[in-house]
Parts: sequence; structure tokens; C-alpha cells
Amino acid sequence: MLLCILPVEGVQEVDLYEMERFVEKTLPFRTRREVAMLLPPGAHDPKRDQYDGTVILRAALELCPADASRLLVVMEQDLFIPMLTFIFGQAQLDGTAAVVSLNRLRPESYGLPPRRDLFVERYLKEILHELGHTFGLTHCPDPRCVMSLSVNIINIDQKRAQFCGNCTVRLADKLNTLRRESGVTEE
Amino acid sequence: MNSPWKILVVDDEIAMRESLAAWLQEDGYGVDTAASGREAVEMARETAYDIYFIDLKMPPGINGIETMLEIRKRQTDATVVIVTAYAAVDTAITAIKEGAQEYMVKPCSPEEISIFVQRVIKMKSLQRENVYLRQKLAKQYSFWDIISKNSQMHAIFDLIREVADQRSTVLIQGESGTGKELVARAIHKASDRAARPFVGVSCAALAETLLESEIFGHERGSFTGAIARKLGKFEIAAGGTIFLDEIGDISPKLQMDLLRVLQERKFFRIGGTKEIRMEARVIAATNRNLQEAVETGSFRDDLYYRLNVINIKIPALRERKQDIPLLADHFIGRLAIETNKPVCGISKDALKLLLDHGWPGNVRELENTLERAIVTAHGEVLQVADFDFLERNRHTNAHWDIPAGISLSEIEKHAIEAVLEQTGGNIMESSKILGVDRSTLYTKIKKYDIPR
Repeated sequence: MLLCILPVEGVQEVDLYEMERFVEKTLPFRTRREVAMLLPPGAHDPKRDQYDGTVILRAALELCPADASRLLVVMEQDLFIPMLTFIFGQAQLDGTAAVVSLNRLRPESYGLPPRRDLFVERYLKEILHELGHTFGLTHCPDPRCVMSLSVNIINIDQKRAQFCGNCTVRLADKLNTLRRESGVTEE
Repeated sequence: MNSPWKILVVDDEIAMRESLAAWLQEDGYGVDTAASGREAVEMARETAYDIYFIDLKMPPGINGIETMLEIRKRQTDATVVIVTAYAAVDTAITAIKEGAQEYMVKPCSPEEISIFVQRVIKMKSLQRENVYLRQKLAKQYSFWDIISKNSQMHAIFDLIREVADQRSTVLIQGESGTGKELVARAIHKASDRAARPFVGVSCAALAETLLESEIFGHERGSFTGAIARKLGKFEIAAGGTIFLDEIGDISPKLQMDLLRVLQERKFFRIGGTKEIRMEARVIAATNRNLQEAVETGSFRDDLYYRLNVINIKIPALRERKQDIPLLADHFIGRLAIETNKPVCGISKDALKLLLDHGWPGNVRELENTLERAIVTAHGEVLQVADFDFLERNRHTNAHWDIPAGISLSEIEKHAIEAVLEQTGGNIMESSKILGVDRSTLYTKIKKYDIPR
């Protein structure tokens, strides 16, 4: 099964490489990097100077390759949805596409000295979380599970970059169904 | 998504409602959206949502607060969040005053919405759990509609189970309002006769000849006015149960007729020649002391022994005060629905007031008292003030000037006369105030020869 990573211009090569390695290690997916996408004009809200996650997801779906099982958009710019001041990421629940913003994940955003390991750990958790939504997983009450809701950076730091027992079982069921549907037989 | 919690997002802006709905769906809630107030009201008719996020300004049609008020007409406990892009103190005050739980200015912080939703869901979970536990508790203490955790009552439940399938006559004794008919119905429902009729006759409400015809039936032309054949209650009850209430008040002639039926298990319709077999089981009840009546000669001893094969004596409510909170809960739950009032509980102080009351009219008086309090209550929880009338009655009673040497019967007569005068002769209302059933009141009016 194939996961396509669709970067928005500005995301560092080194981070994209980390993400690919992590996804291939954690999920039964191979990854392919797509040509960087241009942000659709309607996505930017000049008053908030933020980008609307819903508009970006809609535009990304139009670019989704036919052979992709899942599509992950990664961007540096800050994301929002009209009702909320910001979001770390957004996904289609039990759908194809997800988007993650790296904007609020660096310690520098909170007035702290830079720490690359922490930054990497945070975005890996976030992409696993949003991809989890595309497999139909909803927020998990276990605060250490990667599927627990994060409304601030502390929540992200509290959880681990892995699924809890319950979410692992639900994810395995979903992946089995996907494998059957796509005719993939190998593990 | 099969979530037990349902949220409705109401906003005329598609981007707003769709994005919030998607965000809430990630939490696992069942989320629907409506593009207008009218659509939201329609949807709320179909589904009682747990939380409503309603945008304040939605042209054209009804605005957010009007939408909330419409929804609340059907779902009085609906949790509503009024959302607005233009924060203003006056609209915030109006929203909260009209019953919104929260007023949010968009864009909101994810934390704010998340904490609010979690708080509401936690509260609603506790409410659901509370309802479930109450039902479980009520079931545990309930036996065919009789609610009690009193050991004497539980011994009665055991006895009912034991004797339900037998044909023996049962005599139920207890003060007015203790639930003699409920016990009789419980015996019937627990028996193998449950599918057959349960027929009740109030012996005190009817004149002797009428009662005779009620019980045994009559043939056409057997007396003036008997224009057609009429089946008596014994025949109607067939293989079921006949409940003879206020048996202590029947005439000596009827006592003899009844004795004959119980002995021979057959009878004739009035004016009839055909013998009819009596298949029904007889349960009799009285609030009088029949033993005493036998000793004074006003009740036949042989009939008393025939009736008293199985004896059930129901304790007065003052002897089982631990049942008052259970009964209060049960009646509030039922009466709130019947009277369409949003009352869901009773305060500790008000409950203490009920526990301290003497309840001469027993469970029926408790039920009537709660009904009166619910009808006039303003809040969701009954308060001491809602039972002012009970206090007033007690106060009046406490200062009653009773002349020395007056008999109990005279006091009773005066009390009945006073209430009848107060209610303009309305029997239903008077019986409620006096805490006795209508048939008992009729008997007493007849006994004391009170003009109406």
C-alpha cells in the first residue's frame, strides 16, 4: 500500500526524509514523495495570516495520485479552521487525506531554545495522529496514546509516538480491510 | 459513526459548520450540521442532540437565540452554545439569560471548545448513570408496582409469591391509602390467572341492592329497571380475580349471600334460576378492624373466617418511613411526566419535611402532596417552600380547638363536613385533601349522614 507525501514548498528535505523513514517503519506502507504543491489562493486568510486546513485538504485531494492509498500534506505555514484559532493538523476521518503543519511544533515558537530531537518527535507524533484519523481512529482517552487529543503543545509532549493497545487493534482491523480491498496479500 | 453523544452544529456559513463538525467528529461524536435555524429546529424534532453549537447571526429567518428557544420548547434540558463572530456584552447577556450554557466568540481556542465539550459530556454521562442506577434501585425495591425496602413489605412480597397460584381467599387489611388494591393486583399478576380479568368492586360506594346486582348480576325483569340481563362481577371475573374492596361495609344480607358463594362456589343471578359456577378467586380488603367487628356482632364470624384464609396486613406509611425517599423519587418521576413539569428531584430539606410528616392518608396522601407541590413548583428541584400547604395544614391542625369529651367519630364527622364545605361538595377533591379514597369518603358521608 502506498502513502504519498505531498510537501508544500518550504519544508526541509531532512524532515521529509525523517517522516518517510518513520512511516515505513511504523505502518505497512511504502512512501513516495510528490512534487511540492502550491498553496491554493483561497487558502490564505489575510486577516489571520493563516491557512485554512479544509481548503488545503480539498485542493490536495485533486492532486492525489490514483495509486495512493493515503495522502499526507506537510507544510510549514500555520493552519486554522474558521471556528478555531489554530490547529496542528487535520484529516478526513476514515478518508484519504491529512495535513500537518510544523509551524507550532518548534520549541522556539514558545520562546525556548531550539531542540531538533524534540521538534522531530513532535511532528512524527502529529503525522501518526492525523494518519490514524484517516484509518477511522477517533481521539483516544489514554493521554499517552498518539491518538489522544492535543489542543496545546504540552498535550503533544505528553503522548508517545505510538498507538495504545486498543487503537493498535482497531488500526490492525482497518489495515486488514484495506489490504483485502486493494488485493495486497503480503505482510 | 455510532457515538452515544450527538452534537448539532448550526451555522449559515458552510466553511464554519463543516470544519467544526469535522473537528468534533475526530473526537468520536456523532455530528450533524444545519445551515439555518429553521433546519436546526426541524432536526432537533427528530433527534435530541446532547450539545447544540448555534451561530448567533443567521440571515434570513430566525437567529441563534430564537433557534435555541424553539429547540428548548421540546428539549428543556438542551445544552446550547451560542457562537458569534462579533462579541457584544448585550448579546452575551441575552444568550445566557435565555438559557445558553456558554457564549463563545469565534475563532475559539481548541482548548476552550475541548474543555467545554468534555465537561458537558462528563455531566451528561453522570446524569445517564444516575438515571440508570435509580431505575436499577427502583427495580430492586419494586414488586409489581409496589415500591418498598421495608422488611415487613418484603415479607408481604414473599407471601404474595407463595400464595399467588393458590385459590384460597385473601383478606388484605390496612389503613386507607396503604395500597390494598395494589397488593390485590400484585397477587393477580403473579398468579397463573394473570391473563384473565381482575375485577374490582367497591362495596362501600353502592347501595345494598345495587351492590348485590353488581356482584351477582341479574336477569331481565328481576326488579324494576332491570331491562336486560346483566352479568355480575363474579361472572365477568370468570377464571380471574374478584377484588371486593371495603368488605367491612357490606350489609348482613350480603354477608350471608357472599358466605354462601364462598362455601358452595356457585351462585344465582338475581331473579335467575340457573346455577352459575364461581371460578374467580376472591380477594377482599378493608381498612376496618374486622376482628373487632366480629366481636361486636356487626360482621359475621363465619364469613370472616372464610375470607381470612390468607391474611395480609399492610403497614401504614409512618411505620415504613424509609420508603418515603424511594416513593418520592418514583412519584416525582411519574408525576413530572403526567403534569408536564420539568421537576426532577427534591431537596434534602424538603425530603426531611416529608419524613417528619405523619401521613395519616398514607401513600395516597404522599402522592397527592407531591402532585400538588409539582403542579405549583417553579424550579426543577422541589423545595421546602413548595410544601408550604403541608406546613399550613399541620399548623391549622395543631391549633385545632377540640372540646373535651368529644368522640373520635365526631371529630371525623366535623373534619369531613369542613372539607366538603371548603370544596363545595366536590368528592374527588375532598377525598384528596382528607387522604382517603372516594369510596371511603362515601361510606363515611353515609355513616355520619352528612348532607351534601
